[in-house]
Amino acid sequence: MESTIQGRVYKFGDNINSDIIIPGRYLIYIDRERLAQHAFEVLGEGFPAKLREFQILVAGRNFGCGSAREQAATAIQGLGIQAVVACSFARTFYRNAINDGLPIFECPELYPDVQEGDSLRIDLAASKIRLRDKEYAFPQLPDSVKKILELGGLANYLKTQLAGS
Amino acid sequence: MPGFTIAEKILAAKSGRTSVRPGEIVDAYPDLVMSHTATWRSVSVMQKVGATKLYDPDRLAVVLDHIAPAKTEKNATDQQVSRNFARTNGINKFYDVDAGIAHLVLMEAGHVVPGDLIVGTDSHCTIYGSLGALGTGIGYTEVASVWITGKLWMKVPETFKIVLSGKLAPGVYSKDLMLHLIGTLGADGCGYKAVEFHGHATTGLSVSERMTMTNLAMEMGVKCAFVPPDAKTEEYLRGRMDKSKQYHPVSADADAVYEKELPVDLGKLGPMVACPHEVENTKPIQQVEGTRIDQAFLGSCANAKYEDLEVAARILKGRRVHPNVRLIITPGSKQILLEASKTGVFQTLLEAGGMFTNPGCGACAGDGGIMADGEVCLSTANRNFIGRMGSSKAEIYLSSPATLAASAIKGVISDPREFF
Repeated sequence: MESTIQGRVYKFGDNINSDIIIPGRYLIYIDRERLAQHAFEVLGEGFPAKLREFQILVAGRNFGCGSAREQAATAIQGLGIQAVVACSFARTFYRNAINDGLPIFECPELYPDVQEGDSLRIDLAASKIRLRDKEYAFPQLPDSVKKILELGGLANYLKTQLAGS
Repeated sequence: MPGFTIAEKILAAKSGRTSVRPGEIVDAYPDLVMSHTATWRSVSVMQKVGATKLYDPDRLAVVLDHIAPAKTEKNATDQQVSRNFARTNGINKFYDVDAGIAHLVLMEAGHVVPGDLIVGTDSHCTIYGSLGALGTGIGYTEVASVWITGKLWMKVPETFKIVLSGKLAPGVYSKDLMLHLIGTLGADGCGYKAVEFHGHATTGLSVSERMTMTNLAMEMGVKCAFVPPDAKTEEYLRGRMDKSKQYHPVSADADAVYEKELPVDLGKLGPMVACPHEVENTKPIQQVEGTRIDQAFLGSCANAKYEDLEVAARILKGRRVHPNVRLIITPGSKQILLEASKTGVFQTLLEAGGMFTNPGCGACAGDGGIMADGEVCLSTANRNFIGRMGSSKAEIYLSSPATLAASAIKGVISDPREFF
């Protein structure tokens, strides 16, 4: 995982559920590209193609609520999205994102200030997000959990653990 | 030192600690790891990481429920992988496509007892709290990880206490209570929290009604939800509990610390409906009465138990489903279907104009019962998200089985109380 993540923002509202992120009929797939073709398609015309122009998703409360489908995180990565910053995440999505190697950040203070197309710079070591000339702090993940994300997800983490034992 | 909640006690026991408090992160060892139709995905993770050995095959349960039986060659191949995995690894708790919805099948089979920690590839694992077990959903990669290592990290949640008083009026059910709570508290009203249902009114509710409560609790964001084990729990488990298990109910201490307490008078509740496209978008039935429906789906882990079918049958007996409505009934499990066929509930529902599909998740997971543009479905399931049952231009409303049956007769969303 890079120490900084930079990119343009697409902004969502509250309660974006995992059925919106990837409908159940595509759960027969697990590869990023295939899932990405259908990510957010229920939102109508232009989706998901237009999301490929952005690198960071910003969302309101309870992002990823609903089903425990891990492919929600996989599909977002398949779109080329490098991070999701939300006011809060549903716990199933939170775990799946970490396990899938998708960086996520809780930062409710940022939400009202950011607009679609804005540029964000996320500094992981400093736990700060920069928007124009303003900085926003976000809580660090616990060390044990951060390690999973740093290795690109739980499968890689397991590989490392198994190799070491 | 103050006492402990059910979640705190279970997480302490499963992580080898004397006690834990909210916010602590522990390595917990689940008693049961459930994987459903997603099993093949976890198998692919095992292969990817090069693991061949399971921590304990007896802790695995595999139930093929979401697409049952296979609809495409891809499904068939995926199910073959899951089946072969179960056979090769000696998974005794393997249930094939005929069995029904994983949650209901595992509880019926006696694999879930109070005090258990259960994780699985499904968000509605919270349902296991109806028997006093801590159930919570995880993804398929994490399931593979627990298969291999036996453990996962868990954060100890704060607990909300919901105290129920009064009595549900005829025609009103625990589904209505939950839609009321979800509407009041919101989709993340209990985000990351454990919920315990207390009060005399809770002890009055059947195990089936409790299953609906801990299942629907997921829709307000809970990590887990509990009905404290009591005489009804013990009675449900008598004769069906795994031989390897013992009945050791876990209760909260009288001086346990709760983040919030919420009293609810069941006597004040009426039928509730969740409107498109979020479960928190709930309304009292009076505000949606008369809404046209094209399909009525009596199914899902929330409300396709025997009691649910029986309630619907009582209303539909001697009546006819409206000619413009397709009533699709998907029993939660084969056991439920068997019971319904013995008691006449099956025949009553068929004669009234309903159609049965094989037990499983069915239309709730988009397996059959797909909706066209502009169509409206009333469903007893737990989710009404856009596009979940087919077209994103279709609408899904959620209700109790009683409201569903009344509405199926009239062809429009209707108050079931006139049938009582």
